[in-house]
Amino acid sequence: MLQRLRERIDLTDVLMFLVGGLIVALVVVGSWTTLVEGKYNSRQWFDLILFGVALGGIYALIALGYTLVYGILRMINFAHSEVFMAGPFTAYFLADEIGRSGFLDENPVVGLLMIFILAMAISTVTAVLLERIAYRPLRFAPRLVPLITAIGASFFLQYFFKGLYGPNIKVYPEIAALTGYVQFGEFRIQNIQILVIVAAALMMFGLHLFIQNSRTGKAMRAVAEDKATAALMGINVDRIIVITFTLGGALAGAAGVLYALMFKQVNFMMGFIPGIKAFTAAVLGGIGNVPGAMVGGLFLGIAESVGPSLFLDGLHIPAPYQLKDAIAFTLLVLVLIFRPSGILGEKLAQKKA
Amino acid sequence: MKAKVFLFVALVVALTFVISACQPAAPKFECKDKLGCVDIGPNDPIHIAYAFVVSGSDATLGTDTKYGVELAIDDKGGKLLGHTIKLSGQDSGCNAEGGQTAGTKIAADKTIVAVVGTNCSSEARAAMPILSQAGLSMVSPSNTAPDLTDPAKRVPGYFRTAHNDKVQGAVAAEFVAKQLKFTKAATIHDGSIYAKGLAEVFAENYKKMGGTITAAEAVNVGDKDMKPVLTRIAAGKPDLIYYPIFVAEGGFIAAQIRDVPGMEKVAMMGADGIFTPDFLKAGGKNTAGMFWSSPDFEAFGGEYKPFIEKYLKKYNVKGVLAPFHAHAYDAANIIFAALEKGTIKDADGTLHVQKQAVRDALQATKDHKGLTGKITCDPNGDCADPKIAIYQLSADDFAKLVMPTKGVWSPGSADYKPK
Amino acid sequence: MLSSPEILQTRSATPWLKSAAQIGVIGGIITISIALQGMIQAFSSRDVIYQVVTMSQAAILLTFFVMGYVAAMRLPMRAASSSIGAGAVAGFISSAALVLLIGLGNVVNLGNVFVNATPQLYELLTFKLGLPIGSLALLLAGLGLGALAGAILLLPDSPRRAILTTLAWIVGLGVLQDLIRVTFADWGFLESALRFFYASNGLSLVGALVLSVLIPALAILWDKQAPRAQTRIDRLPAPTQRALRWGSLGFGVVILFLLPALLGLYLSEVLDNVGLYLLMGLGLNIVVGFAGLLDLGYVAFFAIGAYVAGVLTSPEFSTGVIPNWWLALPIAVLASGAFGVLLGIPVLKMRGDYLAIVTLGFGEIIRLLALSDFLKPWIGGAQGIQRIAKPDLPFIQISWGPQAFYYLFLAGCLLVIFVSYRLKSSRLGRAWMAVREDEDVAQAMGINLVATKLKAFGMGALFGGLAGAIFATKLESIYPHSFNFLISINVLCLIIIGGMGSIPGVVVGALALVGLPELLREFAEFRFLFYGIALVVMMLTRPEGLIPEARRAMELEEFREEETEQATAS
Repeated sequence: MLQRLRERIDLTDVLMFLVGGLIVALVVVGSWTTLVEGKYNSRQWFDLILFGVALGGIYALIALGYTLVYGILRMINFAHSEVFMAGPFTAYFLADEIGRSGFLDENPVVGLLMIFILAMAISTVTAVLLERIAYRPLRFAPRLVPLITAIGASFFLQYFFKGLYGPNIKVYPEIAALTGYVQFGEFRIQNIQILVIVAAALMMFGLHLFIQNSRTGKAMRAVAEDKATAALMGINVDRIIVITFTLGGALAGAAGVLYALMFKQVNFMMGFIPGIKAFTAAVLGGIGNVPGAMVGGLFLGIAESVGPSLFLDGLHIPAPYQLKDAIAFTLLVLVLIFRPSGILGEKLAQKKA
Repeated sequence: MKAKVFLFVALVVALTFVISACQPAAPKFECKDKLGCVDIGPNDPIHIAYAFVVSGSDATLGTDTKYGVELAIDDKGGKLLGHTIKLSGQDSGCNAEGGQTAGTKIAADKTIVAVVGTNCSSEARAAMPILSQAGLSMVSPSNTAPDLTDPAKRVPGYFRTAHNDKVQGAVAAEFVAKQLKFTKAATIHDGSIYAKGLAEVFAENYKKMGGTITAAEAVNVGDKDMKPVLTRIAAGKPDLIYYPIFVAEGGFIAAQIRDVPGMEKVAMMGADGIFTPDFLKAGGKNTAGMFWSSPDFEAFGGEYKPFIEKYLKKYNVKGVLAPFHAHAYDAANIIFAALEKGTIKDADGTLHVQKQAVRDALQATKDHKGLTGKITCDPNGDCADPKIAIYQLSADDFAKLVMPTKGVWSPGSADYKPK
Repeated sequence: MLSSPEILQTRSATPWLKSAAQIGVIGGIITISIALQGMIQAFSSRDVIYQVVTMSQAAILLTFFVMGYVAAMRLPMRAASSSIGAGAVAGFISSAALVLLIGLGNVVNLGNVFVNATPQLYELLTFKLGLPIGSLALLLAGLGLGALAGAILLLPDSPRRAILTTLAWIVGLGVLQDLIRVTFADWGFLESALRFFYASNGLSLVGALVLSVLIPALAILWDKQAPRAQTRIDRLPAPTQRALRWGSLGFGVVILFLLPALLGLYLSEVLDNVGLYLLMGLGLNIVVGFAGLLDLGYVAFFAIGAYVAGVLTSPEFSTGVIPNWWLALPIAVLASGAFGVLLGIPVLKMRGDYLAIVTLGFGEIIRLLALSDFLKPWIGGAQGIQRIAKPDLPFIQISWGPQAFYYLFLAGCLLVIFVSYRLKSSRLGRAWMAVREDEDVAQAMGINLVATKLKAFGMGALFGGLAGAIFATKLESIYPHSFNFLISINVLCLIIIGGMGSIPGVVVGALALVGLPELLREFAEFRFLFYGIALVVMMLTRPEGLIPEARRAMELEEFREEETEQATAS
């Protein structure tokens, strides 16, 4: 009898449902109590969400680099967080120079453009070199092998840049044009947040169009689908992979500058945590899926920003913001329990066995 | 053939030993010290070790203190008792296991006579028992956890030129409660032993004086976006936020605080971990008007300025990396002084460093004129000048990106008058 | 796949010139990097040979030499002129790049961007001879050393190997002077030998000269004698050979037990750390190597083992009711195993990288909880747990230093290695490997995926918990910062570097990846730079790992074939 019951009900599903249900229950109880206690007003909630959206936009931009590479090479490019660091860390010196000479305040658009171009160039070069030296020789190796070279390269790049520019924190200049805010009734949005959100959205939209419509984009999708067949169809696989790394690097460089403009500080470890977060975002949205990266990034950003206040305040847990990453990861587990391949699923290519 | 080659090798090896055995034997010196002696040949250097965190995200802290020690050696002309000073270092990683490994490596090296270190309190707890057993003495420039010099827990041979958190947290609380007369305050720590300890001591004293802690928050090292946590704190409407943390996260808090509705007017207070121009750069214009609790720089005397100039020039940096370089400089110097006292010098220049005598000499350090004030070691190993003052940054200081040099209040001084 | 440089090579007049110049440019990038990384200043006060060559000079000069050697080695055909020429060109370009940097640095202030580009750097690089003479000396050194390397390559095998071995040993002995002297300081007779070979800072000149005679002699002797000894062993009757093998194994075991006494305090400590990572590596090897479940949060189990042992034995907590570590040990290990199963449940249906990121999340959640103010009353928060009990035994008084802990680690590792071997060849082990190769097929063959995977997680967690409990008692105090993501990464690296799924591979991997950074500890700020390079180089040269598992090696063979097929296809 028991035997037959066990056969009919999948034990896995029961267990997963229990774990999932427990988390959902905690979330609901926490949020309910918080809202009933009414500690925060609507403006504060709006601010929390807004902070989350801006941060999520940056996560999403970095996540694109992970997703692109993963879609095509099926590897976690662990060193991507250092690609993200290399550009803005180098561009700091330019920013500092033109910031002090007053050029940046007189011509903010030209100045910012210069900073963006330099950072994107450095990040791109780093990404392409990385592919050439650490990944290409291992193209057909078992998939954990390039993961280790990526980790090694990540250590190397962190400490290489530390050696070049020093270990201390460098601070990007204030840019007058980006300091104010726009008021909508009782809500207000900072200029820098607008810049970050708009720039992130534009870049992601552009990338989406590029992948869907351009010839190279189609080639990228073909390579993601099946490298050998793509090669037979006359696609230069090496070239497509280099283009992928170029795109990922440039986007990471841009994301890095946005990040530096928003948070001001750069140093050699600046990529580490955003890198892990962005990778999480990529997985959350469905790795290999470009719109997924955006959704995942926003979800993660908002979860981190709103989560502790919403879920934990009601449960009367002290210092809830210390646990914001724990919340983010718990929600990740929750999402993956119910949608095992991310919110939007894998799209760039269907998963191979 | 084979035998011949073998014979040749054996001969060479034998010869080596003969040569080495023929070197003149030093006259026998009898060591009477309880912990033993380190003998240093006439041409050998005096070997001092440091155990600092020079890798990872806390690398600036260790690098800064390392610079302090190096500058102390430079100021001695690189020589002590006629011997060159050799400084060797171990990366201690700002964690207990790193401290233990670094400590073991130092303890295993029989040529080392004293240690400057460690940076983090967790390192000291793991490293000190090993070093103490090896008879070494260690002076830390940046451990601030109260229990390290708690008489019940202190390990023999441990000293520090950094001040105990207990003193600083209490002074800060007294200033906020009695001088500013604020009734509500919030604290933020970053999960480090230093910050957590200070925040707790502050809260404890503040509550005793009748204040309310509206939120005891925490952030994680590496966090960038502080607005959510500040929004949460704003809900409690505190008069002041006390965040005794480090430059990166502290900078984010200062830079973002005014963007959070409800926090436009709240006062800010930090501790010595962010009492550096680097923090002003990271925090931006919001730091004007902010308070700090920090060692009384008026006691620092005139030598601090030329020291900083040397530091900036030698290491090609625009500002100091972290706040403990002067403590490291002083730590090295009281070690030098103790070595001079505890060492017997033979006529041919051979040195015999008596470990217990060095330890006793460190313990007896009194009124040593250092960069951080008059250094006197109390029986528990606390050597810092415990004078803490409260500082406030004027708009003028901010424009010049310099820290205030004159305190606005210190225990026992005249009442604080807002400008 | 024909790459363009090869085509060019066959056409151009001096075929070796272009390739040598390329190597030279790479050499230039390396020397400039060494200079801008600050290694020159950091190592200028340490001598390889006392008052003859400093470590920073050795680094630069060796780069010239190696570049010359590589350039000469890449020649398709080796004639005397082209070999020496290629070496000289590569060496010269490497040095010219450095001279360019010095020149540039004297005109513009590079120090604004690069912290280490200070006048002191240029002064050290030009051997303190002043700009013109020093630069000239540097160029000549590049040219000469490159040419020398090219010339050495022309020598017959035996003397060439002898020269290179000598060079490597002298540099190695000079660079690792502190470590060697500390290790052998207690060895009586060796100490006097060390006194002879070493001056107060680096090798003594006489010592280096003696070594440069001694080492080639030994190297040539070895070259001649090793094959002969091997044939003689091969010729022995089978029983004697077997006895010999058992004898050497027995000797190995005796050495294993004597190691702490032989190696002294510090290297015993390093071995302890190797043992710690070995325990974790063997545990993760079950999850990743055997069952193929990529776990990036293995540190969670290590943390749970440590915290349970700590909370149960520390008198600072009300739960610290067990004064004896040995009694707390099984509880810690079982608790960790239980958590392993528990954490395994939500991830049962996830595959590949989804699993990776979720386990990573678990690792972080555990660390954050340990750090949180929320759980502080029970597990100490940021202040950690102190005064954890030592593993004291009844009747025997032990002073718990690194040498005593070595035996605890040894016992733990031997036990875990034994269990690993038994598991691997058991029914369960084969089920794991079937799941690793193909989940769907494994399920079709009647393997219960849920139970198999959960057992893998549980087993791996047990080992991790054991490592954690020993870690806690060894340190006496634990802090949340000790349980960060990098531990998981390091453990993963060591099992892959060692050869995934291979138990001897884990041992070798732990020695390489934990031992190496420990030996590099004195290079303080450059430690992780070297570590990163080592990871990349090891994987590029041996993607299958140092000691690959037999099955994996076969798969890799397939990968090689596939690679050549692909290469010919494109």
